[in-house]
Amino acid sequence: MSWLQTHGPVLPVLLPAATAIVLLLLGDGSGSTPDARRLAWGRRLALGSALLGGLLALLLMKQADSGALTVYRLGGWPAPFGIVLVVDRLAALMLALTSAIALPVLLYASGGWDARGRHFHALLQFQLMGLNGAFVTGDLFNLFVFFEVLLIASYVLMLHGRGGPRLRVGLHYVVLNLAASALFLIGLALVYGLTGTLNLADLALRVPQVQGPDAVLLRTAALLLLVVFGFKAALAPLSIWLPATYAAASAPVAALFAIMTKVGVYAILRVHGVVFGDAGAAAADSAALVAQPLLLPLALATGVIGVIGALAAGTLAGLVAWLTVASVGTVLAAVGLYSTAGWAAAIYYLAHSTLIVAALFLLAELLGAQRGAAGGRLVPAAPVAQPALLGILLLLAAASVAGLPPLPGFIGKLMLLQASASAPGGAALWAVLLGGGLLTLIGLARAGSIVFWQAHAEPAASGVPGASGTPGTPGVLAPPRGLAATGLLIAASVAMSVWAAPLLRYAQAAALQLGDRAAYAAAVLPEVGGAAARSTRPYTGRIPPAAAPR
Amino acid sequence: MPSMEFLLATGIGAVTTCGLWLLLRGRSFSVVLGLTVLGYAVNVFIFAMGRLWRNAPAILGQGGAVADPLPQALVLTAIVIGFATTGFVIELALRSRHDNGSDHVDGHEPGTPLPDDAGADAVADVRAEVPR
Repeated sequence: MSWLQTHGPVLPVLLPAATAIVLLLLGDGSGSTPDARRLAWGRRLALGSALLGGLLALLLMKQADSGALTVYRLGGWPAPFGIVLVVDRLAALMLALTSAIALPVLLYASGGWDARGRHFHALLQFQLMGLNGAFVTGDLFNLFVFFEVLLIASYVLMLHGRGGPRLRVGLHYVVLNLAASALFLIGLALVYGLTGTLNLADLALRVPQVQGPDAVLLRTAALLLLVVFGFKAALAPLSIWLPATYAAASAPVAALFAIMTKVGVYAILRVHGVVFGDAGAAAADSAALVAQPLLLPLALATGVIGVIGALAAGTLAGLVAWLTVASVGTVLAAVGLYSTAGWAAAIYYLAHSTLIVAALFLLAELLGAQRGAAGGRLVPAAPVAQPALLGILLLLAAASVAGLPPLPGFIGKLMLLQASASAPGGAALWAVLLGGGLLTLIGLARAGSIVFWQAHAEPAASGVPGASGTPGTPGVLAPPRGLAATGLLIAASVAMSVWAAPLLRYAQAAALQLGDRAAYAAAVLPEVGGAAARSTRPYTGRIPPAAAPR
Repeated sequence: MPSMEFLLATGIGAVTTCGLWLLLRGRSFSVVLGLTVLGYAVNVFIFAMGRLWRNAPAILGQGGAVADPLPQALVLTAIVIGFATTGFVIELALRSRHDNGSDHVDGHEPGTPLPDDAGADAVADVRAEVPR
């Protein structure tokens, strides 16, 4: 197994890339809808690849749990110069989480969504490639490249199964993301110009050393990156785009997008938590900890906005999209505590909220499909055909989102409350978290009672189906694949409660590992003994740093 | 005589301003142009982060001064990605113009109600059946 251990970090990127290329070669016919036989083969291939990816992620997680950092040097170039991929506990967990979302989403989509447009499976694999790459990379520019890979796949997936409204919000989504990419590049270039490196390990060593006017510029660069990552993560006030976009996407795509906000959170944790978070040896005017005073207040505002939006939502999918915003607020508030306990809570809650939000997106469509012309709109409509089954699924998911014991949402929030008890801003965090939980419960109870109890005896004969969701047919049972996918996601979430002890231990170890910058540097930069390589700033153009006049 | 640094910095600033102004327009064509112009400014900015050099190759081994090669590699990647995404956003803007009947970024003219979504869906479905 040593080959697998050596090349482990690159395989989660290569596997979906290769699968996507094979899927493109396989094609899906020449018509506007895919050819049935090719589609069947595409489904098998995509599911098989996703299963393999899941096993690989579990293997990497087991390997990372021993505390080892697996570093992969692409092309064998030494670290600060070549690109490295690093798998630590957090990266391995995110890989496993991506697989845990991808498998049910694929299962759900093979129930019919993948036949409503072309190349669904290939695009989904490209998106997985971008996601996995963003989680394992140890280089800031490489992070940008993987962001673009996952974004360009998401642009097309977002428009999958076309329509006027989806195109309208799709255009907003694409333009906003392209503008964010431009900001990302400016921040990145500034960071390189000031520190002479883009390697995350090297950068973490250099940031505290930058002083004077350069430190001011570096702070600007770090805050530009915070804007970009905050935009991806839907941090207030950059979260306005998210609900409309996610609510307009098809259910499996929205469920997959549940992890895309978490990519932003992950990048904030890596860059602003770890790289710019080392206050120990930093000079007073250095750029370290530049995001700390902003992150917690903004995250709390995100939580409040998310919950208020959820209360006012007019559709099931819109409700879930606003809850996504609220969950990002909770996770980022935990990140903003800048403590090991806070980060452990963030990691556990991040995993849980991703699973449960994905499940809720799928469930919203299953419910909408049984409610006649009203679809997912929260108005009294035809009764749901399977009230007991779908009701129990919704109850489990709702209780977990709101944070009721014994579900994992409760455990995550409890960890966060404990971590923030003595921290500055703890009182505000307690108020937002507990009040937000109550309001979430009210919002979901309102939706649940409209859907299940305020039903007409007779199905509505006709109505104008709105942008709010695909109109459904009353009395039709949910497709077995859709039910299985939703059930899997909710079961995975419940399993996080059953195996809470090992998961909490893992989350705490991951948070500790994140804070241990010296071990990370030693693993990534063994050639220079874990210290910063000879600085190329200010750049002189000479190989030996002799004073060469220009 | 202004220095090369001053000229480059003001140039990037002017192009960025134009890009942002165009990006904030209401028509999708201006927005696409704005993104493109902004992309140019960003590319030159990345390039400038390697500092400005004259008569210096980006290759080691000549013994003389060497220009920082990394920003040159970064900017190539950024150009390729920017080109691909611009192509995509143009196609998307055209498709939105066609399906929604307006080239406004909101998919309908200001002051008019949102187009009937069911109608837009029906248009898309009819179009899907037309052989291309």
